[in-house]
Amino acid sequence: MVLANDSPAIEARGLVKTYGKDVRALDGLDLTVDRGAIHALLGPNGAGKSTTVKIVTTLSRPDRGTARVLGTDVVKDAEKVRRTIGVVGQNGAVDPEATGRENMMLQGAMYGMGGKQLRIRVDALLAAFGLTEPANRIVKTWSGGQRRKLDVATGLVHEPRVLFLDEPTTGLDPEARSELWAEVRRLNAEGLTILLTTHYLEEADQLAGQVAIIDRGKIVARGAPDELKSALNGDSIVLELADTSAAALNGRLSGALRNVLELSEPVIDGRTVRARVNNGARAVPAVLAALDAEGISVASVTVARPSLDDVYLQHTGRAYVPVTQEVSL
Amino acid sequence: MTALVETTRMTGRHLRFFSRQPYFIGIFLVQPVIWLLLFGALFQNVINIPGFAFEGSYLDYLVPGVLVMTALFSCGWAGMSIIEDLDRSIMARFLVTPIHRSAIIAGLNLYEVIALAIQALIIGALALMLGAKFPGGVSGFAVLTLCAMLVGASVSSVSDAMALTLRQRESVIGINTLLTLPLTFLSAAFMPLNLAPSWIATIAAYNPVNWAVEAGRQALTEGPDWSFVLPRIAGLAVLAIVTTAWATFTFRSYQRSI
Repeated sequence: MVLANDSPAIEARGLVKTYGKDVRALDGLDLTVDRGAIHALLGPNGAGKSTTVKIVTTLSRPDRGTARVLGTDVVKDAEKVRRTIGVVGQNGAVDPEATGRENMMLQGAMYGMGGKQLRIRVDALLAAFGLTEPANRIVKTWSGGQRRKLDVATGLVHEPRVLFLDEPTTGLDPEARSELWAEVRRLNAEGLTILLTTHYLEEADQLAGQVAIIDRGKIVARGAPDELKSALNGDSIVLELADTSAAALNGRLSGALRNVLELSEPVIDGRTVRARVNNGARAVPAVLAALDAEGISVASVTVARPSLDDVYLQHTGRAYVPVTQEVSL
Repeated sequence: MTALVETTRMTGRHLRFFSRQPYFIGIFLVQPVIWLLLFGALFQNVINIPGFAFEGSYLDYLVPGVLVMTALFSCGWAGMSIIEDLDRSIMARFLVTPIHRSAIIAGLNLYEVIALAIQALIIGALALMLGAKFPGGVSGFAVLTLCAMLVGASVSSVSDAMALTLRQRESVIGINTLLTLPLTFLSAAFMPLNLAPSWIATIAAYNPVNWAVEAGRQALTEGPDWSFVLPRIAGLAVLAIVTTAWATFTFRSYQRSI
């Protein structure tokens, strides 16, 4: 038992999950989330974030691998895990035909809570989230931001020790988003461990102490946002080319850039070229000169300190596409 | 014990929804009213066919059949509620709490049969207004309603299981259409089985809908033969329990597939 108390909040080893014959959603995923952390699982749609959450929260079962929450196996002892976790699903899982209070009371009942104790808890949460006013109205009349807060409040009724937030701010306006971020920080300050999935780089950067980048069912990088960024030396440089005679251009382009000494690993994506340099300001003239010598004209150049964008690029070899719309080919 | 409490909480959730739009029940009353009013009137003279062994009017004969048929097509929609909850991720939220899976199914089924009992009262009142006689009285009608409710619980479970397995509205509608009329026609709902072809009578002996119709009709007579009624009720109760367990079991395959 002493060991169990020292175990991480979440520990997944070698998770594999396939759907049908062809879709391999998780491909040997390892994840460790420390107690007391706000940990972000960052990746585009389809990378395996939601599948990971489904398995760790006992909703789905892995084909292979194990996962433990606070030392308890999610398959062998699902019931015990369920009592310690709170789950806030991706698309508002509250009942729109019931009032906010009814939703929360029912949630409490599912954990065996009831009576005065439950009523006090629900009132306190409604007040803490600023939802006392609409509490007795049918949820479908609420605003999107209010609903999302209700989702979170509902996941907290039974005082979980680990909270899962699956895409908590997708579809929220900027104001509602920053309000929710403030709530998440407050809950974390009270000692709650939080795993959030997001496809917003900014969200992971702003909110999380630890970030795990997930790509094609695997974790490809993990660390504090600043660590991940500073592990990338220098600056990022982004070139927008003036014309797009793609394939023929690629060879010449790579050749031209290879001659610029400081430049490392250019990634060409249509007419956008991304690369890292030790010193952006100094590299730009050399890069432009090299391209000019090859007769490649450049529409714009951007130099920036490394962002999680660049971390993502570095570890996956692809530019970060913040989804929602399908990538058409 | 906790499973029972959870079941009533789940039923309460559905009842609250119902109390906010009680007119929904009207949709399910259109059919039985048509059967009673039109079918009952059109076929009122079949009672005079030699061998139609029944004391009373054809309307009296028809009431148990219509009520049990109402159980089929009213409770057959239970799966829609499951699909709504799946689509809104409400089911996913329930499934990551410690609630017993059986309480999710049983809570919904209990609501369905409570709604059915309300419909039975309305159908009974309407039949009385049309001149039907129930020699078995209130207790007889209560037994008939119980039979219909047990059929309703089984049908709800089948509908729930289909919803969890196939997860499409069409499949729930399909199973409903597939079950309702054949099961009703393969029973004594509209015609005594001694007047039906022998193969129908043979199938009817194994048809739970027929058990409910015949047991309910027997209970509505003056001085019912309880040795005829009780075994059929027991059979219906066993079926309701088995189908509920089966629907609960389909959560496993659902959770494996997501």
